[in-house]
Amino acid sequence: MTITTVKSAYVKGIAAGAPFVLVIVPFASLFGLLATEAGLSVLDSLIFSFAVIAGAAQLTAIQLLQEEAPTAIILASALAVNLRMAMYSASLTPHIGSAPLWQRALAAYLTVDQSYVVAIAEFEKRPEMTVSQKVAYFLGAVTPVAPLWYIFTVVGAVLGTKVPDSWALDFAIPITFLAMIAPMFRTLPHVVAALVAVVVSLLAAGVPYSLGIMIGGLAGMLAGAALEKQLEQGRTGTA
Amino acid sequence: MIDKTSLWIVIIGLAVGSFLLRFSFTGFVGDRAMPAWLIRHLRYTAVAVLPALVAPKVLWPTATGGDPDPARLAAAAVALTMGVMTKNVLAAMGAGAVTLYGMLYLLG
Repeated sequence: MTITTVKSAYVKGIAAGAPFVLVIVPFASLFGLLATEAGLSVLDSLIFSFAVIAGAAQLTAIQLLQEEAPTAIILASALAVNLRMAMYSASLTPHIGSAPLWQRALAAYLTVDQSYVVAIAEFEKRPEMTVSQKVAYFLGAVTPVAPLWYIFTVVGAVLGTKVPDSWALDFAIPITFLAMIAPMFRTLPHVVAALVAVVVSLLAAGVPYSLGIMIGGLAGMLAGAALEKQLEQGRTGTA
Repeated sequence: MIDKTSLWIVIIGLAVGSFLLRFSFTGFVGDRAMPAWLIRHLRYTAVAVLPALVAPKVLWPTATGGDPDPARLAAAAVALTMGVMTKNVLAAMGAGAVTLYGMLYLLG
């Protein structure tokens, strides 16, 4: 493993993460706008985005702060929205768990939906990558995303006026995530995992603190793993 | 408006808590081997958690007050289909956006 291959992994990561610029710009601006509307200063909003770097959790917190919910409830709800980060961390561990501590800490801070999904898709496609290449690829994928998250939080906060509802920016996120997941449906268990996750998440939508997402996600993972095991046993004739 | 003390407690708490969630396994498990059954489940993290996150937003969008919206449903279906067919994230996003704006325009 040479410096060159690590560098090219980083560059490949940047290329793979680049499309998310189209999503991060409106989403970060939206957070900036809503934060200003809720009474945060431009600097408050920037610190919020820099320290937490998690849009959905930040929006949840802003909304509940405005409703004057108890602080403990706000923290619990926003962290529940972010619980999936722990699952991402677990999923990344077999790939980058043996990297130096500072690299793992940096990658942890920069673990967002976009960097995770881009990186894990590549790691699964090319298992021969070294740990340094994987870390470089991951950091590359988040390079176009994180700076724009900070910058456009400020832009949105400074503009301070509401983006017209007709722009339907609320839907930028669902569309991106669907576009990101679709290419990952490589095997039947992947498809089944997604279908089960969707159905259970919809059934559990009424569960407080957005925990329905986690319940749906766990159900999907259980279904995918169970089916994978069954298919494997079927092939080897041990079933 | 928002109480500044609660705001800072929330920002700091959320920053520390989010980092710990993200660092939980990569940081504290590190290169110790994880059991095969766990790894088998973790393989499905992305394809399970993200659809679970998106499904309620597709079916009951906040922007319409939670009422199902034909434009958003169509956009989601097109983005997904395009993604499965082309395996191209950007093409899927583009097709979804075009569908969304086209339908919103047509339906007024």
